[in-house]
Amino acid sequence: MSERRTASSERPSKTSPSPVPGSPPVPFLAFRPGGGPMGILRETEKSKDARGTLLRLWSYLQRQRWILMGTGFLVVVTSVADLLGPYLMGLAIDQYINKGNLSGLARLAGLMILTFIVAAAGTWLQSYWMAGVAQRVVRDLRTDLFARLQTLPLRFFDQRAHGDLMSRLTNDVENISNILTSSFSQLLSSILGLVGVVIIMFILNVPLAIVSLVVMPLTYVLTRAIARRTRQGFRETQQTLGALNGIIEETITGQRVVKAFVREDVTIEQFSGVNRCLQRVATRARILAGFMGPLMNMVNNLGLAIVACSGGWLAVQGMATVGEIAAFVNYAGRLGRPLNQIAQLFNSIQSALAGAERVFELMDESPELDAPDARSLEYVRGEVTLDRVNFCYEAGVSVLKNVSLHAEPGQMIALVGPTGAGKTTIANLLTRFYDVDSGAIHIDGQDVRALKKDDLRRKLGLVLQDNFLFADTVMENIRYGRLDATDEQVIAAAKLANADLFIHRLPHGYQTVLTERGSNLSQGQRQLLAIARAVLADPDILILDEATSNVDTRTEKHLQEALLRLMKGRTSFVIAHRLSTIRDADQVLVINGGEIIECGTHANLLEKKGFYHRLYVSQFKGQAQVL
Amino acid sequence: MPSFVMLTMNLGIVGVLWFGGSQVTRGSMHVGQIIAFVNYLMTTLFSLIMVSQMVIQLARAEASAKRIQQVLEKQPGVQDCPEARKELSLRGRVAFENVTFCYDGNDCDAVLKRVSFTTEPGQTVALLGTTGAGKSSLVHLIPRFYDVTAGRVTLDGMDVRDLSQDALRRNIGVALQETVLFSGTIRDNIRYGRPDASEEEVIAAAKAAQAHDFILSLPDGYDTVLGQRGVNLSGGQKQRIAIARALLLKPAVLILDDSTSAVDVETESKIQEALERIMKQRTSFVIAQRISTVLKADKILVLDDGQIVAEGTHRELLGSSPIYREIYDSQLGNGVAVL
Repeated sequence: MSERRTASSERPSKTSPSPVPGSPPVPFLAFRPGGGPMGILRETEKSKDARGTLLRLWSYLQRQRWILMGTGFLVVVTSVADLLGPYLMGLAIDQYINKGNLSGLARLAGLMILTFIVAAAGTWLQSYWMAGVAQRVVRDLRTDLFARLQTLPLRFFDQRAHGDLMSRLTNDVENISNILTSSFSQLLSSILGLVGVVIIMFILNVPLAIVSLVVMPLTYVLTRAIARRTRQGFRETQQTLGALNGIIEETITGQRVVKAFVREDVTIEQFSGVNRCLQRVATRARILAGFMGPLMNMVNNLGLAIVACSGGWLAVQGMATVGEIAAFVNYAGRLGRPLNQIAQLFNSIQSALAGAERVFELMDESPELDAPDARSLEYVRGEVTLDRVNFCYEAGVSVLKNVSLHAEPGQMIALVGPTGAGKTTIANLLTRFYDVDSGAIHIDGQDVRALKKDDLRRKLGLVLQDNFLFADTVMENIRYGRLDATDEQVIAAAKLANADLFIHRLPHGYQTVLTERGSNLSQGQRQLLAIARAVLADPDILILDEATSNVDTRTEKHLQEALLRLMKGRTSFVIAHRLSTIRDADQVLVINGGEIIECGTHANLLEKKGFYHRLYVSQFKGQAQVL
Repeated sequence: MPSFVMLTMNLGIVGVLWFGGSQVTRGSMHVGQIIAFVNYLMTTLFSLIMVSQMVIQLARAEASAKRIQQVLEKQPGVQDCPEARKELSLRGRVAFENVTFCYDGNDCDAVLKRVSFTTEPGQTVALLGTTGAGKSSLVHLIPRFYDVTAGRVTLDGMDVRDLSQDALRRNIGVALQETVLFSGTIRDNIRYGRPDASEEEVIAAAKAAQAHDFILSLPDGYDTVLGQRGVNLSGGQKQRIAIARALLLKPAVLILDDSTSAVDVETESKIQEALERIMKQRTSFVIAQRISTVLKADKILVLDDGQIVAEGTHRELLGSSPIYREIYDSQLGNGVAVL
């Protein structure tokens, strides 16, 4: 899982530099140092079904189609205005300056100013609109994706690296947003720009136009050649960076161990090795990339020189005017840019599509659904039956074999056995985190698969080995058990769970904000909060999965009191390593290798001198001698 | 923003055309000069844009540089004193003398308050107490993960602050509550503290930690590669490798901080048997939730709210300490009657 996570954490750095901010705004007249070379150099992920993904993305976009059309219109207007600039300048030189017509020049200047203002306003408005469109689309995507995640079965989360899921929700969606914001209008304006420049060139002067276009293939070939090498360099850089991140992550999480085993020097050495390697690869990549700009500049200037010389020659022959040459010099400079930009956009779009594909793939996961005729569950007495249940997480590796049990309402059932015997799995099946492969589970005589999942889970209280707390106040964390509980009810529940005492000792009592996962509490304290949560939820059937294993012995005594209070009148399943927890159980089920091998009360299981007896003796071996 | 820069630029060009045009008509300028002018103007403005972008990048870099600087300037909290002893051969006599400790350095809210006790070499000391009583903090002071706020911790009579951290930690084996393994093979992980250990030593340590059998059952045995943080092993398996790792150091002091919590009872008692043999010559500190772990200790320290409230063997404490009695009853109580 961790390897996959590193891979996914690399992804953003590969694609996140959006193509817009890097490349400077392009004036209508200039030599441009080759556009942003980084765009073409970036590693491109290919999407598998670009068409299908595009269509689905369109289904999100088309909710905004009016704004999109407006933007498209603006792009056309600004592109035309942009293209007009050099043309008007040539006109000014030929028609007015050369002929000394100042009043005509003034009129034309006014027209030019108007054109430029239109272009500027249009560009601004279109980026403003596109940002809105993109953010709305991305918001919809995120909401849909997150909502879909909530409906997915637990099995799905077990099989996926969590880092990868997170990255889809954040990085991939962000990626799509970047592309949407910039690409749509840029692609359109680049194409329009390219086509427009070529058309105007041919209108102005056919021979000069042909000469100008000669440089284009050269630009293309050179860019391709360098890009291929540089891309390889950047790929190596990313891989090495990933390795470096791995070392950093490991060392930070394991800092105490590094110190305890005096490995600081070795760790630094290891880091320096990879770091040196990164330096080497990155230098090479950068040098190659840096080469790109000047080279493109040179090609551009070469084109400019060709246009100027041949233009001069044509002018002397009377086949071109000075104004035409001036305009051409501008247009020639504009040829390389859209080409470059289109290539670059194509790459970004590809990687955004790959991201979108990952997003949609997640949305296509089938959610856990209730059967269409699922019954709702109102009142539960708490009779639970497992009837010859078989189950496996992975095909072929059977976890439960033919497990049958029967719990009367209000009984306490203890599940005992070595780790990996299948105790937790029984709990997972009761809550329908998973469904049985064969056999059936009944609650009050009804098959759980025929019940609505939400109803079922509301009747079940679950306290796990490691309980999840949210970054919120203690009060809200307990209230998670029942959202409509009043503060007084929360406090009463905390008191019942014997959590009240330690909560009062926290700096802000019930208003203390817990850090993520509750790391500012001890494991025992987290446990007490989880139990308070269960008390508040007031379930009919309780499942305690090693709920007391992380609580120290003394707290456990208080805890057990609380649990006994809680279990009273409810059917409860208790999973525990500690046999002392289990003494009061109505039934003790000894599970080994996925089967119930012994069953009875604590006392008669001991008499039986079987597996349970061995387990018992091994825990308390020392004590017989001491006493 | 870019659209406004562009607008400014384009307006500049119109200006050049206008003024240049009027000068050309007056004969004081050539048309070629206008074209050159326009081109120069563009070049200049283009450079200006680059500069303004640089300024933005500079501001970003400055913020990052500050954050890096903060880490670089951070003084290590635990430092070797100049005349720290580097060569150590310890017997493992640990003493706490009036130790007070709090994580933020000043006396408010002390985690340990005036803790004093002595252990003889070879003794096993069990620490009991509620969560947050200070058990983990206490053992963390021995390898100097933290330094005491007041009082002193001594090893064979020497203040741990007078010893070099490296030498000190080489003599202390630690298996922590939350097990961290590193990517690499299982063998590398066990050899983590002593990369030069022989194969026999590695296997002996693994056997003592009851890890040998399950390691052999893995497809590549000791050469099995663990992912980052050992994700492909169960919690109990990871803990056993961590114990083997600590045992391989053959430390003078062994600290097991609740390091068998995820191991099932049967395996745990096997580990204990093995440890008993190994730990004869060493001092060990054991923090455990289960009282069965504690029964055989030479000394039991019961902590409550940062203070030692009872000290003695199981037999002594059963008679003298009501808190211990309470803990004991809650764990074993009726069970004993049945036996």
